[in-house]
Amino acid sequence: MNKIWVIAKRELSTFFDSLIAYILLIVFLGFSGFFTWLYGSDVFLTGQASIQPFFAIAYWTLFFFIPALTMKMFAEEKNTGTIELLLTKAVSDWDVIIGKFLACLTLVGIAIAFSLPWYLTVWWLGPVDHGAVWCGYIGLLLMSAAYIGIGLLSSSITNSQIVAFLLSLLIGVFFLILFQVLANSMSGIFSYVFDYLSISTHFESITRGVIDSKDVFYFLSIAIVCLVATEAILSQRRLLDR
Amino acid sequence: MHLICYVQHNNFARSTNNYRFKQVNQQTKTLMNIRVDNLTKRYGNQNAIDHISFEVKSGEILGFLGPNGAGKTTTMKIITCFMAPSEGDVRMGDYSVLTDAEMLKKRIGYLPENNPLYLDMPVIEYLQFSAAIQGVPKEQVKGRIKEMVRLCGLDKEKHKNIGELSKGYRQRVGLAQAMIHNPDVLILDEPTTGLDPNQIVEIRELIREMGKEKTVIFSTHILPEVEATCDRVIIINDGKIVADGAPSELRKQASGAEVSRLRIEDGNPNNILEQLRTIDTIALADFNGFTYTVESKRGETSRRAIFKLCVDNNWVITEMSPIERDLEEVFRNVTMG
Repeated sequence: MNKIWVIAKRELSTFFDSLIAYILLIVFLGFSGFFTWLYGSDVFLTGQASIQPFFAIAYWTLFFFIPALTMKMFAEEKNTGTIELLLTKAVSDWDVIIGKFLACLTLVGIAIAFSLPWYLTVWWLGPVDHGAVWCGYIGLLLMSAAYIGIGLLSSSITNSQIVAFLLSLLIGVFFLILFQVLANSMSGIFSYVFDYLSISTHFESITRGVIDSKDVFYFLSIAIVCLVATEAILSQRRLLDR
Repeated sequence: MHLICYVQHNNFARSTNNYRFKQVNQQTKTLMNIRVDNLTKRYGNQNAIDHISFEVKSGEILGFLGPNGAGKTTTMKIITCFMAPSEGDVRMGDYSVLTDAEMLKKRIGYLPENNPLYLDMPVIEYLQFSAAIQGVPKEQVKGRIKEMVRLCGLDKEKHKNIGELSKGYRQRVGLAQAMIHNPDVLILDEPTTGLDPNQIVEIRELIREMGKEKTVIFSTHILPEVEATCDRVIIINDGKIVADGAPSELRKQASGAEVSRLRIEDGNPNNILEQLRTIDTIALADFNGFTYTVESKRGETSRRAIFKLCVDNNWVITEMSPIERDLEEVFRNVTMG
């Protein structure tokens, strides 16, 4: 546990030293604030004290930002050779993977936490469905965990950060859009399966204010499957090819 | 030049002499011999290393020599538990890299090839990270870092980012991170590449100092380095061990016969050559237009006989110098053959 924290702390301080963290915070808050208050179906247009537009926007901004956070995680280390340095220290592959995962999740968590003022100001304007808001926040975190898993997996496959970025966007597009499209164009069991696989199905159901264990299970299982696959890729070097 | 380096860095040498390893547990230290047993690593059909076996004792410095691509780095990656072998085993003390990687990694300090480092981190922060991740107890971290900074001469540069350091200083940071947890085994993959001559002397001094207490394996393709630093040399080529022994032993093996270069004046070269060949201790004599090369028979010396011959014929010897075979030649012989 201690080792995981050491690794997570290093990754977090790298985020803040390299401006990535600040760029993420500013752009995330700027985007979501802009669309919540000023543009499109914002608070004043709909005339309702609702924070739903924020979740809709955060849903998309995180889709682009998380791959940008995760792309360097393994790809850069493999490219510069520091992965060898790290994995020959007294840590297990899992310590490294979970440390990196937690670092990304913490940074996204900080970004999401900074959006709390919008919730509070909207609340000040009128009555808000508090349950739905908190569910929305939990939904964002769960979705981020799934995206981070996908991002780490992509990053562990390649040496190139750009490839890792594009790959995780590609996988993300499937979960975000394509599965939904497939579900709509098919019928029967396939439609059901693709509908289940689509992130939007589960995210919408959470932001409506219902935390269903099925949805939680869905997001966590994506994250866990991806992390297990990442571990399998990392540990390939230690496979006995007899 | 060498002498000057020495004087300049005398201070450094003295500081390393004071280096103490108080926390080292005497009992565990003596157990950390490295035994490499029938180690093989295959990439596809190719054997990067091919059934090599050797042993390194605690307190011994082993130089690992070989041309590029011979399998040095692969062997080191297996010893440091980064990769698994295709066949065979490496045991350190009672632990095997196959089953006890977690245990072993705590006791190994490793400087990988090309010295990869997190360039965006400040030196001290990086050493703190290395110490924490290697499980150095919190109350000892500060002291260990101080020790490493002093030992590796990082004091002037310790607040800079690693990316701002010159290659020599980065190498010192690499060594410092490898030794921060006071490991019993040190594996250094080409620790002196890219350093200037002064720095090379310092790093060698450091390695020699380390070697008194630890088991050290370091790889290089610079031959004088091996002679200057190692107790034992293993030369590998194409994944196989082709020579194994103390540097002086290897040199002796290669230079079985005495070979001298002569310059003789005031005589007809053909005549001189003929006369030289009549000396019974001489196995071979040759003339290249300027100098004669004379090889004696194994175990014999012919210098006196040559001198006498020249005096008898009133020739003047203007040069007679022994040609010593150095490790470089051993290296070429065993790796080109």
